[in-house]
Amino acid sequence: MSVRRLDTTALIYLALLGVVAVGGIAVAADGGNLFSPANLGDMFTRTSLTGFLAIGMTLVILCRSLDLSVGYTAALSSLVAATTMDGQVANIPLGIAAVLLVSGLVGAANGAIVAYLGVNPFITTLGVGLIIKGYLDTQYRGPAGDVPRDFQRFGYDGIAHIPVSTLVMLAVAAAGIWFLRSTRTGHHMYAVGGNIDVARMSGIRTDRTLMTAHILCGMCAGLAGLLLASRFGTGSAEVYTNLYELDAIAAVVLGGTLLLGGRGGVAGTVAGVAILAVLDTVFNVLQVDPFAKDVLRGAIIIAAVAIYARRQIDRSARRPRFTAADAAPTPGRPA
Amino acid sequence: MSRLRSAAAALAGGGTGTVFALLIAIFAVVAAVNPGFFEAPSLMAFLKQAAPLVILAAGQYFVIVSGNFDLSVGALVGAQVVIAARLIDGEESRTLPVIGLMLLFGAAVGLANGLITTALKVQSFITTLGMLLVLYGAIRLWTGGAPTGSLSESFREAGRMGIENVPLLGQIPWALLIMLALGAGAVQLMRTRFGRVLIATGDNELATARSGGRVDTVRTTAFVLSGLSATVAGILIGGFAGVSAQVGEGMEFTVITAVVLGGVVLGGGQGSVVAAMGGALTLEALFTLFNQLALPASLRPSVQGAIIIAAVAYAARQRRLTSRKPQREARPLTATPS
Amino acid sequence: MHRTRQALAAAAAIGLLAATACTSETPDEPAPEDDQSTAESGDEWFDQAEYDRQLEQRGIEPEGDPAAPWLQAIEPEWVDTAEYAQEGGDHTVCFSNASVSNPWRVTGWITMQQQVEVLQDEGRIGEFRHSDAADDDDQQISDIQAFVDSGDCDAIIISPSTTATLTPAVETACASGVPVVVFDRGVNTDCAVTFIHPIGGYAFGADAAEFLVDELEPGSTVLALRILPGVDVLEHRWAAAQEVFADSDLEILGNEFTGGDAAEIKNIVTQYLQRGDVDGIWMDAGDGAVAAVEAFEDAGQPYPVMSGEDELSFMRKWDETGMTAIAPVYSNFQWRTPVLAASMILSGEEVPAEWVLPQEPITEAELDDYLDRNADMPSLHYAKFGGEDLPGFPDAWRDR
Repeated sequence: MSVRRLDTTALIYLALLGVVAVGGIAVAADGGNLFSPANLGDMFTRTSLTGFLAIGMTLVILCRSLDLSVGYTAALSSLVAATTMDGQVANIPLGIAAVLLVSGLVGAANGAIVAYLGVNPFITTLGVGLIIKGYLDTQYRGPAGDVPRDFQRFGYDGIAHIPVSTLVMLAVAAAGIWFLRSTRTGHHMYAVGGNIDVARMSGIRTDRTLMTAHILCGMCAGLAGLLLASRFGTGSAEVYTNLYELDAIAAVVLGGTLLLGGRGGVAGTVAGVAILAVLDTVFNVLQVDPFAKDVLRGAIIIAAVAIYARRQIDRSARRPRFTAADAAPTPGRPA
Repeated sequence: MSRLRSAAAALAGGGTGTVFALLIAIFAVVAAVNPGFFEAPSLMAFLKQAAPLVILAAGQYFVIVSGNFDLSVGALVGAQVVIAARLIDGEESRTLPVIGLMLLFGAAVGLANGLITTALKVQSFITTLGMLLVLYGAIRLWTGGAPTGSLSESFREAGRMGIENVPLLGQIPWALLIMLALGAGAVQLMRTRFGRVLIATGDNELATARSGGRVDTVRTTAFVLSGLSATVAGILIGGFAGVSAQVGEGMEFTVITAVVLGGVVLGGGQGSVVAAMGGALTLEALFTLFNQLALPASLRPSVQGAIIIAAVAYAARQRRLTSRKPQREARPLTATPS
Repeated sequence: MHRTRQALAAAAAIGLLAATACTSETPDEPAPEDDQSTAESGDEWFDQAEYDRQLEQRGIEPEGDPAAPWLQAIEPEWVDTAEYAQEGGDHTVCFSNASVSNPWRVTGWITMQQQVEVLQDEGRIGEFRHSDAADDDDQQISDIQAFVDSGDCDAIIISPSTTATLTPAVETACASGVPVVVFDRGVNTDCAVTFIHPIGGYAFGADAAEFLVDELEPGSTVLALRILPGVDVLEHRWAAAQEVFADSDLEILGNEFTGGDAAEIKNIVTQYLQRGDVDGIWMDAGDGAVAAVEAFEDAGQPYPVMSGEDELSFMRKWDETGMTAIAPVYSNFQWRTPVLAASMILSGEEVPAEWVLPQEPITEAELDDYLDRNADMPSLHYAKFGGEDLPGFPDAWRDR
């Protein structure tokens, strides 16, 4: 199993390499250098925000759930951060704690509605997103709060051309990889996403697993909100208009995680995020028309997923869980 | 009594009466706030304005019940209006040929979605998300960023006008008649073999395939129907309000919400097309209610979100209580078994 | 067991709803620091001094040639730019655009590109690079950083997507030593060499509201249609209108967010008309204005007194119907000025520190003139785009 997962991940990193190579050649043909320190720094910067969101999204998607509220959670978090810090360096830890608490609570609400009320995650998180949107529109008519200079360094400083925010994102990714590979809850997520009934029968507290995934996803969105606050120097409700949730889902799927749950991982997601970031930088360096960018991005996402899908489907045909789940109804199976 | 109940259950598609109860409740509040709403002119205006979403919901229903998503419909509605304005460019004589072309384009987009999803095995969420981006960008590339040209009067007839001077009712909007006709067509279609295979596909892909159902064909057809419904919705919306740069934006989420509100289960296999269209009507009624209550505009999303979650949670609970058979326990399903 | 859990979950969900829904009334809910922002939020967007200044600027004769309003300036304070002067004419000018996501920005972007071609042909600037952030503040910050880090830009032009959030990035650009030109929306720093903008949102909103107050009988009803909340340029328009309406005898029926979507506008106006008369329509931007007019036609009601914008579809409808209307203008020709300013700065010419461009509404008297001048233009074009003398006219705007 782990060898196979490595296989898929390796394939995705190959795809990333391919995108980098093609991008590098295209930029070189245009007389530029994609690998100049400035362009590399730009690529890394562009990975951070989607990275945080996509790492959390990976966890919920692995559980066969979804979170469409992360953009709203990030916007809310940026405001909580900026208003709590209120320009005071001493308030930075309090601000971070408040953000993680609020975003974790949003995640918990999502998780509770999905796990205990049986509402489809698509509707749950769309609905919670709308609830947050209404709150933001009513409460914050524009930017609010003030982020101290010291905290802005999280969004602007770099160590040897690698932005601090990217390093933090990679650290969170590493934690995510460890969590999924080495903890019981992590293993349970694969089981829940694979087949929730089988998981429940084998004694897994599926409700708790779903809750955990949603809470962690909310907190990752909180981290994204902290990054936004540090880059803006203030909190902004308006960022929810950017549909970050769709970017994050695209990155997760590009990273080889199945939307059906049960297969994939954070390592692939990081590659998915990187592919999107490289595309952004290449498009910018090549001065691609903004509307052509959308067309290319859409086509590349479909094409990349079509390539993985070929391999994944071949393999999944041999995997027992689909056939077991789809076999004729077993009478008398406990609820 | 029990027959009545089972008839009601059949109409609502097996325990999804929630949406019609909700619709009646909303209308009751609207009536209490503004009795004038149920006079013919304003009721007809409401139905005219709601028709595009209802038609879109029918199209989306086919896709969802077969176990997929179509996120590209909002972008497609926008694209169709822009295509119409640019190609017609105010010339009455071009109206019909352009409408024909739009139907072809809508079907082609649906076909592309369907083939990418079934033949290339890309999950429909990603297929149609990609299609959304491609349509959004391509249409703006084509028109240089903002719509150009203009619609003809006859193009606008369907969405804006109706049969005038009908006794008691005043104007019967064409949009309403189109909606009723397409709705009836959708109900009929679901009674054919195609409809049964479509639901069976969403319910259990493998079993359907083994028993001879052409799973990929019906799924692709569902996408084509969704593309066509977006085309009709585009014709009605363009007719209703003319061209603007923002037409169709965000409609994909509204329509999926409407379908789920109608008790159709994401992941496929459950729900009726009447209830899906009822969901769309309910959502439009809800927006009207907000307006009638003069609820502060900024607070409306919150109330909308809460009501949707509550309604779907209630329906999920009903499903769990009524279908005691364990094998179809309602559980969270996100996406497509493709 | 199961039931208790459901009850718990329901309680959690309701708790979240309650927390979010109620805090608007109880500002001391989540974090004590919220107090301030809530207390302000009512008139957060209203700045009396700035409002007075903009209203006064409407009456001031701008300096410069009236035939080239994009080079005019109201009460300019000229600053010396000799320190930025460079030899030769192949300077690279970089432009970070917020987006081209609406017809107003599309029109302006075409005008800017046409102006760039002229300057390139004249040998005043060399390469012109641009990036587009698709309305994403974070992406625009990265775009600006990329320009700074590349070290290739001799001047950086920025059209910020949001005022407050782009401030740190603009400061970074200034700190790099190259001249920075900001236009359209401002930022909370004056580090740019020049900040180019028409008079502003307050003047726009007041022009529209004053017209309604003048033209409507006391006691008349007005519906306000707005695009979306939280965007500073739009909030300023509404804040000014509220100020004007507060001193009038007009009754404001409501203010509704439409997303600029024609179908939504028509739907909302239709519903208001079902409940009673609407005598006037105030809009914070002209997008979808025609749909609002059509709602009156379809309901068989007399045309309202209306404020739209200098978007041609609205002006043509206004002309056709003969309704009483005004087209407030947020001068689209401002898109020419930044590249001109950049070339002036790179040649060491003086520019105004704050370059306030004229901003005059189009009234009934000028309607025919502007319609004639733009007869070939598409319906979502802006009358005061100011590109008639550029070599690409009219094809670049017409056949885009």
